[in-house]
Formats: sequence, C-alpha cells, structure tokens
Amino acid sequence: MILSVEDLTVSFDGFTAVDGLDLAVEEDELRCVIGPNGAGKTTLLDMICGKTRPSRGSIKFKAHELTELIEYEVTRLGVGRKFQTPSTYEDLTVLENLEISYPKKRGVVGSLFFARDAALMDKIDDVARRIYLGDHLGVKAGLLSHGQKQWLEIGMLLMQDPELLLLDEPVAGMSPRERERTAELLTGVTAGRSTIVIEHDMAFVRMIAHTVTVMHQGKVLAEGSMDEIQADPRVIEVYLGE
Amino acid sequence: MLLLAVPFVVDPFREQLVAKYLCFTFPAVGLVLVWGHGGILSLGQGLYFGMGSYFMAMFLKLEAAAQSNTGSALSQFYGSSLPDFMVWNSVEVLPWWWRPFHSLAFTIVAILVIPPLFAFLLAYANFRKRVGGVYFSIITLALAAMASIVIIGQQGYTGGVNGITDFKTFLGVDILSDRVKRVLYFITVVTMVASVLSARLVLASRTGKILVAIRDREDRVRFSGYNPATFKAFAFAAAALLAAVGGALFALQEGLASPSLVGIVPSIEMVIYAAVGGRLSLVGAVYGTLVVFSAKTFFSENFPEIWLYLLGAVFILVVVFLPTGLAGLAERLASVLRPRRVRVSAPVRAMPEEIDTPVEVGSAPPA
Repeated sequence: MILSVEDLTVSFDGFTAVDGLDLAVEEDELRCVIGPNGAGKTTLLDMICGKTRPSRGSIKFKAHELTELIEYEVTRLGVGRKFQTPSTYEDLTVLENLEISYPKKRGVVGSLFFARDAALMDKIDDVARRIYLGDHLGVKAGLLSHGQKQWLEIGMLLMQDPELLLLDEPVAGMSPRERERTAELLTGVTAGRSTIVIEHDMAFVRMIAHTVTVMHQGKVLAEGSMDEIQADPRVIEVYLGE
Repeated sequence: MLLLAVPFVVDPFREQLVAKYLCFTFPAVGLVLVWGHGGILSLGQGLYFGMGSYFMAMFLKLEAAAQSNTGSALSQFYGSSLPDFMVWNSVEVLPWWWRPFHSLAFTIVAILVIPPLFAFLLAYANFRKRVGGVYFSIITLALAAMASIVIIGQQGYTGGVNGITDFKTFLGVDILSDRVKRVLYFITVVTMVASVLSARLVLASRTGKILVAIRDREDRVRFSGYNPATFKAFAFAAAALLAAVGGALFALQEGLASPSLVGIVPSIEMVIYAAVGGRLSLVGAVYGTLVVFSAKTFFSENFPEIWLYLLGAVFILVVVFLPTGLAGLAERLASVLRPRRVRVSAPVRAMPEEIDTPVEVGSAPPA
C-alpha cells in the first residue's frame, strides 16, 4: 500500500467538506474518484498534497505522515499534482516549463549554478514527444491551446517522476479528439506508478480506471469496479436523484 | 558604452552629475530583478542605498576626524578623535558600532554583507508566512520611513538631517580632485556594467526562470517542489546588495550620506527609474535612471518655477503610454523597422501573403 488515508476530516466554517474518509491506494493502482459536485473530491487531493490542512485524521504516504508537511515537502517526497485548470508557467517556454519541473537542485544556490546536461535534454525531448509537444519546445506556454496546456502540465509531472500522481479532471474542457489522445497519454503515464484521478466524464473513467471510489457529501459511498459501481443502487440514487 | 566617453566630452561639473546619476542605476537594476522578474515591489530600496552610503561615509568620516586639526585638538581632550557632529552634539565617546568602521576591510564587508543579509532575513520571515504583494510593499516602505526618522532623530550618532559629510580623503587620497573623480567615475561605470552582467546571469539561470514562474504562478511552484520563500528572499537580497553598492559609490563620489536618500521619496523615485526604463530590462533600468535624472536637471535649469510639474507629466505619460518603459519602446521601434527593411530589399519577389506578414508583425505591439 502506497497511500493510506484514515478518518480524514476537514471543515471550513462549520461546513464539513470531507467527513471521516478512509481510502487506501495500492502500488501501481489507478484509482478514479467520482461523485457529484461538492462531494469533497478536490478537497481530498488538496489535503494529500499539503495545500489544505485537515482538522482530523491521517494521511500516510509510504512511511511519511503528510498532514504535518507543506506543499513543497510533500512534492519532494514524490507526490505530483495536476490541477483542474491548466497551471503552467505562461511566460516560460515549453522547454523551460519542463526544465523547472526536473526534480534536482531545488535550492536557490543549486538552481543558480544548474547546468543543462545531456541526460536532462534527452529526458525533456522524450517527455515533449510523449505529450505531443515535441515541435513546440520554444513556444511560450501562454500561447498553447487549452488542451496543449493540459498536456504540458502532465509533461511537467512526468519530469517530476512522482510515485503518486494526483490528477484533477485531466480531460475537462477538451475536444473529443484531445480526450482520446489524453486517455492514451495517461495510460502510458500511469504505468508503473500509483494514480488518483478525479473525473466527471464516465466514458473516460471507464476507459482508464482499475477501481472506482464514489464520494458523496464528504464520505465514501461505494468502492469497486466500474460495473459494480454502476449497478449499485445508492450510487444510482445519488447521481439520478439530483 | 557611451558612458565611457562622457568624461571626455563634458565639463567636470556635468561629469560629476552623470557620476551621481550612475549611482542610482544600481538600485534600479536591483528593482528589475526583484520587481520586474520576481514580482515583488519594494518601495524601500532607499533603506539599502542608505546602508551602503552610511557605512562608506562612516569610514570616510572617521578618517577625516583623525586628520582634522580641530579633531585632533578635541581628540587630545577626549582621548579619541570624534567626528565633528558628535562633538557638536556633546557625544563624548565614539559609539561601539562606529568603531569597526575605522577599518576599510570591515567597511567593505559591511556594505556587501549587512544589507543583503538583513534583506534576506526580513523577506524570508515574511514570505514564509505567505505575507506578500501589497502588504510586503508596505512593510518595505515603512522600514525606509522608519530608518530616515531614526537617522534624523539620533543626530549625535548619525549626523541627523545634515547627514554625514565634509570628508575629503579616502586612504589619504584627495577625493575632491578632478583626476580622482574621473577614476571614481570609471570605477562606477565598470561596477555598474559588472552588476548588469551578473544580474543577467542570474536571470538566465534556472533560478531566474523559477523567479518568473513564482511571479506568474507562485502556488504552482510549490508543487514543482520549490520553496518560493527562499527564491523571493534571494531576489530581494540581491536587489538590496545592488542598492547598497550604489549607495557606497554615491557617498564616495558626492561626499555625502544623507537621510534624504533613505526615506519614502527616494525609494519611490528608484521605482520610477526602473519603471521608466522598463521594469523587465536590466539595461533599460540604467537608461531609465539616466533619462529621469537628465530630465530633472534639464527641467529644473530651464523651468525653475514649474519643473516638478513637468517631471510629473513625464512620469504620467510613461505609465500611461509606455507600460514596458523605454526598453519596451525600443523593442517596438525595432520590430517596426525590421520588417520594413525586409520589404524594401525584396519588393519584386514579394507575394501577397509576404506583404501581409511584415505589416502585421510591425503593427502588433510586443506581448
């Protein structure tokens, strides 16, 4: 088991966004988390990656307790996060975006004397090709299309090479064609590492998921394969009842 | 590089003015680093400029005090030579924190270490707690204001509102002679060029890119595994170092360290130099400073009654019409001129779309 979440609870001004949640992710597992709006899915990812501090409970990543750490410390342990809206560095080129994400020399002095070597450039080339941006290395990220920005962000995560990958709606706002290519990309990306994906698009979830967790009002409503989930009467009620 | 020719074409008075302006290019270059690229607006660079100038002036004043006749008469009386303003304010013993400034080595180390160290600790403490943006700007502003008030208030130790002045030698060399002033002028130019080049190296390094990334999307940088607080504090310290070097050169050339260069007004003027030059361009900041100072001198010599209004109008025009400053204007001119040359050189072969492209490029303002 690479990630183990126990009794995780957080409330904002009396509103309990996540309520006594338990979740376990195995190594190499691809877990999809689905649920209606406001179910606490994004808040869950925020707590894992150190952005939000839980009120109660624990998050164990390998041997580390993540609830005590702040964002960059969690990242350095090997947790990578992709945000819902594409978050790239718009004033930097694709190449520079990938270079910055390379997980070496993250201090000020180290970065000051950081030199690009052949290994780094090979890795950048390789990643850029995988995210379909091999011909766009010199383009500023701000000039890319929405879908390309999403890919670039996935590429930045590939450079980081995290053991646990958190993806928040990776195909939101994409065209059907882009969606397909992203599914293809993610299958490659997630091989050999554990991943949690939050997604609304059921067809997409069906394409990629091993196990699906359904969240509702901050709690786990159901967990199982896609077929089991779709047959679960409680899930049907939550989704169709609204 | 035009600056190297200045001493040979203008009279010593003008040369002296340019030398003075050059000292203020240092804080402006620092602001390009910390504000233009790091996104941290410091309204208190006068504090670091002041530190540099006061440290240098303290050294020079102690040398002057040891030499002057009145000083030695009094020194026999008190057992040590005191700067004149201390005597006038009945300070009888040299304060302990003045004593190390007898040593030139200590003075130089102090100029190069204390301002950036202070700046780094201040900035890191704030940025770690995620105090940033306008709030941090106000803190820098408040510190500069406090420093000038303390300096004015503690007349016996700091020279008060008059500042520290009236010193003539540096290690026995007469700094008022034209020849020495020329040497100092060249030292200033060389130091300035070296500063711009080092700043350029910083910006070209991975640290420089991370600074830009922090400016645009600080939250995301944390998820790339960096601690933004250290990077921002580093940029702030680098800007403080540049300002202090400028201040030290100023004290050496002008023979003055004054609270009027520490407070709010000079600090904000330094931001204006960087803004006029273009806050993203290191070289632009140098020219911005020189242009603002030249305008200041020109207007005040020719329109003594209304020069401040004219200067204000220039600032407003720059802010409204040239958001990227002179450097942005130069870039825009270059991009207008470049395609035209292409069109002139190849008029016959030009296909319709080839005509379209240069016009488009030329008329589009740089992003």
